[in-house]
Amino acid sequence: MNIVFDFSDFGYLVSLVLISLLVAGLLGVLGGLVSTLVVQRDASFAVHGISELSFAGASIALLAGFDVTLGSIFGSLLAALVIGLVAGKSKSRNSITGVLMPFGLGIGILALSLYPGRAGNKFGLLTGSLVSIGDYKAQSLFILAGAILITLLVFWRRLLFSSIDPAVARARGVNLRTQSIIFMLILGITVAISIQVVGALLVLSLLVTPAAAANRVTNSQLWGPLLAVIFGVVSAVGGMLLSLGAALPVSPFITTISFTIYLVCLLIALIRKKVSSWQ
Amino acid sequence: MTNILSIQNAKLVIGEKTLWNHLNLDVAPGEFIAIIGANGSGKTSLLKAILGQLKLNSGTIRFQYDLVQQGSDKIGYIPQNRNLEESSSILVKDLVRFGLSGHKLGIFLPTLSSNKKVKEALRCADALHLANKNFGDLSGGEQQRVRVAQAIIAEPVLLLCDEPLSALDLQQQQIVSELIKREAKDHNAAVLFVTHDVNPVLDKVDRVLYLANGSFSIGTPDEVFKSDVLSELYGTKVEVIRNSGRIVVVGAGVHDHHEEER
Repeated sequence: MNIVFDFSDFGYLVSLVLISLLVAGLLGVLGGLVSTLVVQRDASFAVHGISELSFAGASIALLAGFDVTLGSIFGSLLAALVIGLVAGKSKSRNSITGVLMPFGLGIGILALSLYPGRAGNKFGLLTGSLVSIGDYKAQSLFILAGAILITLLVFWRRLLFSSIDPAVARARGVNLRTQSIIFMLILGITVAISIQVVGALLVLSLLVTPAAAANRVTNSQLWGPLLAVIFGVVSAVGGMLLSLGAALPVSPFITTISFTIYLVCLLIALIRKKVSSWQ
Repeated sequence: MTNILSIQNAKLVIGEKTLWNHLNLDVAPGEFIAIIGANGSGKTSLLKAILGQLKLNSGTIRFQYDLVQQGSDKIGYIPQNRNLEESSSILVKDLVRFGLSGHKLGIFLPTLSSNKKVKEALRCADALHLANKNFGDLSGGEQQRVRVAQAIIAEPVLLLCDEPLSALDLQQQQIVSELIKREAKDHNAAVLFVTHDVNPVLDKVDRVLYLANGSFSIGTPDEVFKSDVLSELYGTKVEVIRNSGRIVVVGAGVHDHHEEER
């Protein structure tokens, strides 16, 4: 396959998709922060499960003629609440997620196969298609992402404390159950937004990889999340710009950048380990 | 002198088992109390009840005149030496900073004044050199010293220590318990110290609360660690042997005395 990058009318293209770029940037920031909590809580698998249920919600909405984003949010919130309420511990959470995930994917595929419309819409839910969703919808995604970001910043310190050191957080007066529900709601809506950009199958590249990469190079609770945010923004916005030039779907670019960043961080960690063992 | 903590006629039943009943305990500022007892005697449950995490079946627990609902930022808490979840990673200085402000709303931003407090707390706990290490990479004794720093940084009036010496070797048990004693004294904080073995803290405690068989005994170590007192508590013949400053309790049903509490 020969990917031909053509950046001759790049400026014009960028102006067309400016709002989508803004959504991608904001999602990068959200992804960096949310992935930090996901990694600390060991909830990567839950992210995957929520995204499949979100996909199911979106597909059913598409079939029934409702708003796809709303369907997607509904599906992911339902999954997030079930996983968050039923399972506190990582172990039982994993099995519940494992039960929910294939069910969601199955329902989603059924709804898509019954849908008589264009195939492009179907494929978009699995692999993402932010550019094609239209300005109006991109605007509402932007507002939604902004609202989630503000909520996240308000509860940030508590969420971090209860994720990393739950026993002491509880003794200091933090209600773990409340924090868990807040986290799951934030996660659910972030997944629903991410699905519009990278699709249900590749959500992990924005909601796990940034913090997993940052974690390789620092354990600081200041620099780690900041680095994850930078990684998230570079992946989301960079992937989008590249896809404009190549006229190919956005998701492979986002996942490739995200994965490359992870590899670089892994390499830095290995080199550091080597150096410190020499000393 | 006003009491920090006042437990009145408290009763706690878990499942079918009455852990303790008619429990009365007033804790004065700066007092160091060891809570001793066998597995399942309700030591850790008492701390949980004080923190409002377990509901009493009857009676009241008041912390500074208030009924505790859901933890408190005036209480310092030192957990058992157990590593964080494997997925979690955090610098020592950030973990200590959580003790100061982790329960508050807002973003995690190391301010100059909080940096100073973190340094001071770590210095008190002889752990300043660990500040930039990953908590998970430390030894058990080092982790517990960091836990002490985390617990004292907000200047609590009450320190609840839930088996802080478990899984430490004898030397580290001495170091950590001495540190807790010293810091509590410096900050005039009362200490409730849960332990299955009284010996590491024998020279530090003002009083002992001995829980057994749904009953209890409170007093100085000399008042509680007597063969007749503990025999009555256990309802069977128990012997207290003192040997070169150490106390050993032997007798039927006490054999699990030194086992690890879950």
